[in-house]
Amino acid sequence: MTKAISAQGLVKSFGDVQALNGIDLEVEQGSVVGLLGPNGSGKTTIVRILTTLLNADSGTASVSGFDVQSQPDDVRSVIGLTGQYAAVDQYLTGRENLELFGRLFHLSKRDAATRADELLDRFALSDAADRGIKGYSGGMRRRLDLAASLIGRPSVLFLDEPTTGLDPRSRQGMWDVIQSLVAEGTTVLLTTQYLEEADQLASSIVVLDHGNVIAKGTSDELKNQVGGDRIELVVSNAADSLRAATVLAPFGSAQATVDEDAKRVLVPVAGGSNAIVDAIRALDEASIAITDIALRRPTLDDVFLSLTGRITEEDQAPKAPKSGRRSRRGGN
Amino acid sequence: MSTETRPLLGWFVADTLAVARRHILKITRVPETLFFALIQPVMFVLLFAFVFGGAIKGFPGGAQDYRAYLISGIFAQTVMFAVAGITVGITEDASKGIMDRFRSLPMRQSAVLAGHTLASLAQNALVIIALSITGLAVGWRIRGSATDAILAYVLLATFAYAVTWLGAWIGLHMPNPEVAGTAGLAWIFPLTFASNVFTPVATMPGWLQPIALWNPVSCLALACRQLFGNPNPFVGDSFPERHAMALSFGWAAVLLAIFVPLAVRSFKSRNAGGQA
Repeated sequence: MTKAISAQGLVKSFGDVQALNGIDLEVEQGSVVGLLGPNGSGKTTIVRILTTLLNADSGTASVSGFDVQSQPDDVRSVIGLTGQYAAVDQYLTGRENLELFGRLFHLSKRDAATRADELLDRFALSDAADRGIKGYSGGMRRRLDLAASLIGRPSVLFLDEPTTGLDPRSRQGMWDVIQSLVAEGTTVLLTTQYLEEADQLASSIVVLDHGNVIAKGTSDELKNQVGGDRIELVVSNAADSLRAATVLAPFGSAQATVDEDAKRVLVPVAGGSNAIVDAIRALDEASIAITDIALRRPTLDDVFLSLTGRITEEDQAPKAPKSGRRSRRGGN
Repeated sequence: MSTETRPLLGWFVADTLAVARRHILKITRVPETLFFALIQPVMFVLLFAFVFGGAIKGFPGGAQDYRAYLISGIFAQTVMFAVAGITVGITEDASKGIMDRFRSLPMRQSAVLAGHTLASLAQNALVIIALSITGLAVGWRIRGSATDAILAYVLLATFAYAVTWLGAWIGLHMPNPEVAGTAGLAWIFPLTFASNVFTPVATMPGWLQPIALWNPVSCLALACRQLFGNPNPFVGDSFPERHAMALSFGWAAVLLAIFVPLAVRSFKSRNAGGQA
C-alpha cells in the first residue's frame, strides 16, 4: 500500500540557518503522526515542504504517492492544511469563506454550498455562519480554519500547531474534532510544541531538534526510554528518607533515588497503581510519616529532557544580551 | 460530491472570478476602504483647484483653465496610487496565512493575483467615475469627441490595471503590511510630482524637463488632456508630447510585460523562506 507520506533525506537551509538536516519520515495511511519539537526544530519547514509551499534543497518527498516537487497539483488535490494562523478572510462570513475555498477546490457551486453547510454544522458554527469572521472567537476561527482545510475531503491532513494560542477549553474542543477526523480514517500529520497534545492525539511521535529526528516511536515507547512509572514521595523527617528507600526497595524495578535535603525519594516501579497502594501500606507499617506521595508517569517533557538534556521551552532563551534588547524569532 | 472538470483556461477564468469576488465582497464589508480611496483624489482636486489654484497666477486662461488642466493630472495620479492598495492587500494576505491556503489548493495559482488585480480594477473604475463627477463640479468638461473620451477612459483603466501588477509584485516582497504601506507609496510621490500632473513641464528647470516629459505619469496625463480636449498650454513638440497616447499604452504594455510574469513567478516560487 502506498504510504500516506514518505520523505527521504529532506535538507533545507535558510541562509546560514540549517533548518532540516536530512529528515526521513514515513506515515502510514490512517495513522496520526505528531512532529514534536521546540521552536526552530524544523517542524513547520517539514510541513511546508510536504504541502508544496516550499522546495527542499535536497531529498525527496511524496504524499499519497504524488511527488511534492514534480506533481504539486496532484498533491494539493489530496491534502488539507491548517497553519499556525487562522487563514480565513476576516471580512467574509464563515459560509462565504468555506464556499470560496470550495470553489477554488473546484467543487461545483452547489457542492461547495452543500459542503460548506455540512462543515459549518459539524464544527458547531451554523449559528455564526452568516456573521463576519471579525466577530468570531479565537476558537471559532480555528475551527473554521480547520473546516476550510477539509473542504476537499483530504486524505492527508496537515495541522501545523493547531491549538497554539487557544485557551484550554478551545484546545480541548479542537482535540475532540481532530480525534473524530482520525476515527473516520483521515491520515494526520500534526506539529506541536505541546507534549500533552502529541500524547493525546498522535499514535506515533517523531521528536525533532535542530532539524534532526532525535527519536521516534509511540508515546509509550518513548516513555519507556526514560523508564516507566515512578513513585515520588516526600517524607516528613529528612532522617527517614534513606529508611523509606529501603522499605520500598522490594516494590521498585530499579535503584531508588534519594534527595535527603529535599526529603524526596524516587522509586521506579513496574506495578502501576497497585504499586502505590503497596508502598503506602509498607510505609505505614514502618511508621514513616509522609507529606506527599504520588505515582508519576513520565511525560514527554521527561522524554525530551532525557533525549536532549534540555527542557523544551527554555532552550531558546537568549543569554542575557548586553544591549538589553531581546530579539524574538517568530515562526516555526 | 465531485470536482468539476474543465479545460485549464476555463479554470483560470473561474478561479480568477472567485478570487475577485472575494475582494469585491471585502470592499462592500469595509466601505471605508472605498470611501478613502475616493476621498483622496477628490481632496487633491479641491486642494489644488482652490487652495493652490489662486497662487498659480501664470497659467494661461487663469484658474478656470487650470482646474480643467488639473483633472487629467489627478486622473493619472489616482491611477498611480492604485498601487498602494494592492501592495498592502497582498502583504496582508501573506502575513495572515491566506496566501499559503491558496497555494495549497489545487487552483490555478496565477488566478490569486489575476483575481486581486481584477477587483482592484473595478475599484479604480469607481474612483475614476467619482473623480469625473468632481471634475464636472469644478468646471472640467469633456471637449473632445465621444470616441476620444472613451479612449481616454480605456487608457486610464489599462494603465491602472498595469500598475496594480507592479503593486502586486512589490507586495509579494514586503515583510509586513506596515512596510508595504510606505513602500507602496514611496516612489509614487516623486513620480507624480516630477510630471505635468500639477504644473506644465515647461516651467521646470532644464535638467528635469526630459525626465518629466518621458515620465509615464506625464504621458498619461497629457494623453488624457489631449483626448478630453482640455487646455494644454506650454506643450512643446518633443517626441513624448506628440505621441502621448501611444506612449502611455506603450508604458502600460511594458509594465504588464515585466510585472505579470515577475509577480506570478514570485507568487509561485517555492524557494522563498516564508517562516524559517
